[in-house]
Amino acid sequence: MTDVVSSEAIAQKGSYKCDVHKLEEGPPLQAVLTREEGLQYYRTMQTIRRMELKADQLYKQKIIRGFCHLYDGQEACAVGIEAGINLSDHLITAYRAHGYTLTRGGTVREIMAELTGRRGGIAKGKGGSMHMYTKHFYGGNGIVGAQVPLGAGVALTCKYLGKNELCVCLYGDGAANQGQIFETYNMASLWKLPCIFICENNKYGMGTSVERAAASTDYYKRGDFIPGLRVDGMDVLCVREATKFAAEHCRSGKCSSPYVTTFALLIHCSHSYRTRDEIQEVRSKSDPISMLKDRMLSNNMASVEELKEIDVEVRKEIEDAAQFATTDPEPPLDDLCNHIFYNDPPMEVRGTNPWTKLKSVS
Amino acid sequence: MASLRCFLRSGKNAVSAVLRREFHRTSPAAVQVTVRDALNQAMDEELERDERVFLLGEEVAQYDGAYKISRGLWKKYGDKRIIDTPITEMGFAGIAVGAAMAGLRPICEFMTFNFSMQAIDQVINSAAKTYYMSAGLQPVPIVFRGPNGASAGVAAQHSQCFAAWYSHCPGLKVVSPWSAEDAKGLLKSAIRDDNPVVFLENELMYGVPFEMSEEAQSKDFIIPIGKAKIERQGNHVTLVSHSRMVSLCLDAAAVLAKEGIECEVINMRTIRPLDAEAIETSIMKTNHLITVEGGWPQFGVGAEILGRIMEGPAFNYLDAPAVRVTGVDIPMPYAKILEDNSIPQIKDIIFSVKKTLNV
Repeated sequence: MTDVVSSEAIAQKGSYKCDVHKLEEGPPLQAVLTREEGLQYYRTMQTIRRMELKADQLYKQKIIRGFCHLYDGQEACAVGIEAGINLSDHLITAYRAHGYTLTRGGTVREIMAELTGRRGGIAKGKGGSMHMYTKHFYGGNGIVGAQVPLGAGVALTCKYLGKNELCVCLYGDGAANQGQIFETYNMASLWKLPCIFICENNKYGMGTSVERAAASTDYYKRGDFIPGLRVDGMDVLCVREATKFAAEHCRSGKCSSPYVTTFALLIHCSHSYRTRDEIQEVRSKSDPISMLKDRMLSNNMASVEELKEIDVEVRKEIEDAAQFATTDPEPPLDDLCNHIFYNDPPMEVRGTNPWTKLKSVS
Repeated sequence: MASLRCFLRSGKNAVSAVLRREFHRTSPAAVQVTVRDALNQAMDEELERDERVFLLGEEVAQYDGAYKISRGLWKKYGDKRIIDTPITEMGFAGIAVGAAMAGLRPICEFMTFNFSMQAIDQVINSAAKTYYMSAGLQPVPIVFRGPNGASAGVAAQHSQCFAAWYSHCPGLKVVSPWSAEDAKGLLKSAIRDDNPVVFLENELMYGVPFEMSEEAQSKDFIIPIGKAKIERQGNHVTLVSHSRMVSLCLDAAAVLAKEGIECEVINMRTIRPLDAEAIETSIMKTNHLITVEGGWPQFGVGAEILGRIMEGPAFNYLDAPAVRVTGVDIPMPYAKILEDNSIPQIKDIIFSVKKTLNV
């Protein structure tokens, strides 16, 4: 156990590469990682990892039904992005949303209970894996690409209300070919909306590899007139710095235009369409959590025991949450027809037959 | 009850109008207002009342609106609140929905509802369903408005009625005004509603003037969504209709009245939620029901009304099967003679009434 634990360390980004598009320069190649930050990122990434692996287990046991798009392996993105913005900013993503639900303020308990469809779920069991929401987090969206115009709309509100907030609009490499995204690039640019478009490229759109789906896989350039960055999505510091850089530009009104940032990732596992060999290969080559851990240990920012302790705490949190998620009761049938309209008087909803009239409240 | 004069027009040619005068009991402060001006007033008043309200769509700002519905608004409120969009419906409808999610109150104009098909995913999956999926965490206070249904000579791709499609979906309110008062009161209600509202206007009605009572001219005049209005009382048959077809029903009723047949004409005003109670109450009096709509027959507004009546208490009061008068089940043709025969005419309503009453 080392007794020298530095409070700060300059993180070298040795293999760091940042490609830029329509920019003089990208984010700084050096960043400061404090011990506190490092421990926090580690804890959050580990929490996401353990939570997603647990969800995978529950899914295989058929306790989680329907879709369950897992985020393990991509943790550096969610954590790095959140580190580069404020909670008062806004964020929207597609259906691989559990990690973001956590970084945006959700708890593991309510996320897992939503996956198992219980009343303690973050959406009371009515949304499921793809429809989780918190303050300034607009889901969780099931239709590929639809979240991008929504995010630009959120950015429009930010600008309209003059609150100096911005919106991060996430999408995957599969969605990057969607027409509505190009429509959004156009309007966001024309109207100078404060949004950062972020493409998480995990090399597969559903089951189709990027080379077979995209004529250009330089996603950070596809915003054309929008400046872009491409950074390593496995490195939480790279992600943070790229996000900070983009956010500063959005906010300062310096160039007053949106950003396209691509994080190139190698998905770790549990993407349903990989072969076992592919998964093994990727897992051994790069893991965002190992990367951070190695960096912290080699710079004497934390001890092995300390990190192990965090692991133990995280495991316990996940176990407790899983216990809750599997024992909490399902939503009451009374809730079936609620939440159709907001701020409306109670109304009747037709049941499955003409004699069944169900009650609906806001 | 205030009387009204309706001029039926198709395109720029004024067809022979059926005038109906009654003994006036209107207050001296009533004025003639076109549907267009009523919509304009509604938006103007709501823009003034609430800073969060804004309008976006194609040509709404500098052109004063493709159909001049938003005339003068850009001049008064500026770029921030009246926004011209590129011709990219899916994108700008999504932007409007996102803006609503984050706290504004957008009015999203579709130049016609035919183009809303490009954006229908945003209307249904992003707007209508979100409050439910989030179990009450995320409301979406948005109005989608624009002309719906047949116009004149614009052919198949520009003439579809979307009342049935949107009314199919839980989470949406669907409104279809007829008169200027309807237009103003219902649009104000729609804008103030905290939920997604699809507001179906009619291009052929925009220029039609109606008498607007003093009450309706007030800035606080609203018409509640979900309540139908009886435009004409009668004892022999109930005619249920919405939008422009209400005019035809009233005209048919005038002709039938000369033969001693008194029609009760119900203006639905709202398609979803349907005011089934108003229709049932009327049937219990008249014992006969005919629905009249411009849209296609299959799985349409009339089909829903008939289904509800079958399932409800009014069924036992019917002396004859309820029937529907609808557009012909074809894409809209261009040639005038074909187009005229693709949608209900006054004679079709009269014919259907007489068949139903067996006279």
